[in-house]
Amino acid sequence: MTKMQRPQDVDLWRKTIEEKKKSNIKTVRVCAGAGCSAKDSTDLYGLISNTVKEDAASTGSDESAEVISVGCHGLCAMGPIVVIQPDDVLYHGVQESDVEEIYRETIVGSRIIDRLLYEDPKTNEKAQNEESIPFYQSQKRIVLSEIGKIDPKEIEAYILTGGYRGLTKALGEMSPVDVVDEVEKSGLRGRGGAGFSTARKWRSCRLANADDKYVICNGDEGDPDAHSDRAIMEGNPHLVIEGLIIGGYAVGAGRGYIYVRNEYTVAVEYLNNAIKQANESGFLGEDILGSGFSFDIKISRGGGAFVSGESTAVIASLEGYAGEPRARFTRTVENGLRGMPTVLNNVETWANIPHIVNNGGDWLSKVGTDGSKGTKALSLEGDIRNAGVVEVPMGTPLRQIVDEIGGGIKNDRECKAVRTGGPSGGCIPATKFDIPVDFDEFTRLGSTMGSGGMLVFDEDSCMVNAARASLEFLRDESCGKCTSCREGTAQMHHILSRITTGDGTEGDVEALLELASLTADTSLCALGQTAANPVLSTIEHFRDEYQTHIAEKRCPAKECKGMFLFKIIAPACTGCTVCARNCPVDAIAGERKQLHVIDQDICTSCGACYEKCRFDAILKV
Amino acid sequence: MENELLEKIIRRYEGDDGMLVSMLQDLQGECGYLPADALRGMAQQLEIPLSRIYGVAMFYQSFRLAPKAQHEVTVCMGTLCHLKGAPDISEAICKEYHIQPGETTADRLFTLQAANCVGACALAPVMIIDGQYYDGVSPSSAIAIIRDLPVAEENAS
Repeated sequence: MTKMQRPQDVDLWRKTIEEKKKSNIKTVRVCAGAGCSAKDSTDLYGLISNTVKEDAASTGSDESAEVISVGCHGLCAMGPIVVIQPDDVLYHGVQESDVEEIYRETIVGSRIIDRLLYEDPKTNEKAQNEESIPFYQSQKRIVLSEIGKIDPKEIEAYILTGGYRGLTKALGEMSPVDVVDEVEKSGLRGRGGAGFSTARKWRSCRLANADDKYVICNGDEGDPDAHSDRAIMEGNPHLVIEGLIIGGYAVGAGRGYIYVRNEYTVAVEYLNNAIKQANESGFLGEDILGSGFSFDIKISRGGGAFVSGESTAVIASLEGYAGEPRARFTRTVENGLRGMPTVLNNVETWANIPHIVNNGGDWLSKVGTDGSKGTKALSLEGDIRNAGVVEVPMGTPLRQIVDEIGGGIKNDRECKAVRTGGPSGGCIPATKFDIPVDFDEFTRLGSTMGSGGMLVFDEDSCMVNAARASLEFLRDESCGKCTSCREGTAQMHHILSRITTGDGTEGDVEALLELASLTADTSLCALGQTAANPVLSTIEHFRDEYQTHIAEKRCPAKECKGMFLFKIIAPACTGCTVCARNCPVDAIAGERKQLHVIDQDICTSCGACYEKCRFDAILKV
Repeated sequence: MENELLEKIIRRYEGDDGMLVSMLQDLQGECGYLPADALRGMAQQLEIPLSRIYGVAMFYQSFRLAPKAQHEVTVCMGTLCHLKGAPDISEAICKEYHIQPGETTADRLFTLQAANCVGACALAPVMIIDGQYYDGVSPSSAIAIIRDLPVAEENAS
């Protein structure tokens, strides 16, 4: 790899790569995102590469395609995904047994295999590529734009997409103040949760007087059901690194840290690889592109604690202490890592920076709402058809995300609510789905944007149980430093558990309301401060469900064990005896080929019969 | 041997005690757990109190102070897996093998762990054994999968 000495060298390099690429062979992109690799797409990648290689070797001809392993395509529920250029034919649910046919028909023959195409569940129409799949049509991909298209291990692939053009422009044509001004014009707000103005943070750090300054990328994406940052780090690591270098230049920092969850092994590997390449190419190190600006990046791996993603806890971790939050008597931008001014932004925020510098702040500010500019990457999860990672312009109504992008609810059920912002977010009921994706609108409804997790609940979900599950997580993850958080989350969880097991009493809801506001008001960090959200939002929007649990000892969604009954219905029961044989407490009686009956006095509602019945003869009532 | 390993790891991070978490991760990566002697050696070489190292080692779930079993069984307890029955899966495994989450079976066949979210919610409920994902598992299928785990020779008896 040649070291870039001047800004114009980067453009020359890009031209050389472009020329090298001018060949007619197809590119096969095998998705290695979290969802697809969990479905063995790595083996699939190996098999396709080998098929191409072996055929070339046996015929003595050149390889007919370049096979690359790429980042997350977003359509995780449909994985493994394979895309074949030049026409970008998208195949989903690809199995190893399909490889030979794909090779013969599509790679060599340029014919399309109908069976592997995406089919719209509503119209039954087949879609050949991303552009014709509704999942992609309403999205606007900025930070995710190249993910799934380029090989994240190759810096040349990134350069070809215009990579490091933002850095080149910043160092070659702009002063650090210009960069901060451009970020200010974009209106970018931090994507990590609180939504604080990025430019304001940068400016304060820039103006702080100190020998050393630091920039930190927070990749400790700890929200369960949020993994868009993972998709970015794994799918386009250079984008994050370029953003961080530009940030370092803007605030006057000489070192950047990327704090990433150790569980994200691929992200750690790719980021390390990308840092090495950036060093060798002269984008990191001494006197970058002849500008006189020097900068290096270190990776620090988190140890797997949700609370460690809190900004002061990240700093504690980076100083070699347990990742517990600290009291903020001063701001991080003045007194952060090792007491020095520090800017801490999350992965998605940094990934926006190269685009802002490259296209100008006004370009980004044209997208979004008055208060929230640009796009937001979201993880769509739960009872939704197209679970996966998406990116939408701020201002997109929730309904559009659920119905169009998400493809509606699984099994043609109705949607009940969406929990935004992870366990510390709130539940927004389906009746309020006209609400746009916007930091302030979410807060107004008692939820948060958080790091973009969107957990969709269908009509069969119990919202009291959802609140209980959130509080269980928060209770376990509370570091215990503040009494109010440690005890508040534990007590709220205790009361919610009682309600969901049929032991709720009058006054529980009022006690929850009091505990929630107390915990929110008196905790040190965001974990405790936001722990009230799941409780308050579900009480506000689903108070009747709480009431039914407490007063009638019944779970209307039939999810809470012991608060509904299992019943065998006559016409469907064939008397196959499977339920009776699987009942751990012998509560089911009946002769072969006769209707079976559950003795409700013995039944423990474990659901084993319900799980085993092949005739849908067991109902929850 | 252990001393050499320690020195190598500490040198990798230029003796910067700010990288303590990474050093402990590397140590665990090499040894499979954090041996008490190594932690003592680390405290001496970095010139920091041993209590601080233990503070970090015991704060994070991913660190182990005892050797691990042959296999690592992780049941994802993320919100979605939770709602889809992950607690029942974990409970069934505990009952079958007489252990609690976080514990290792008496024959050191496997350690059962709970993860908060492994980021594969589309596959919920998820169980991970030695890095391999099993999607849509049920209490009975989870036990069947564990029963089929290969047993190392010295443990076969």
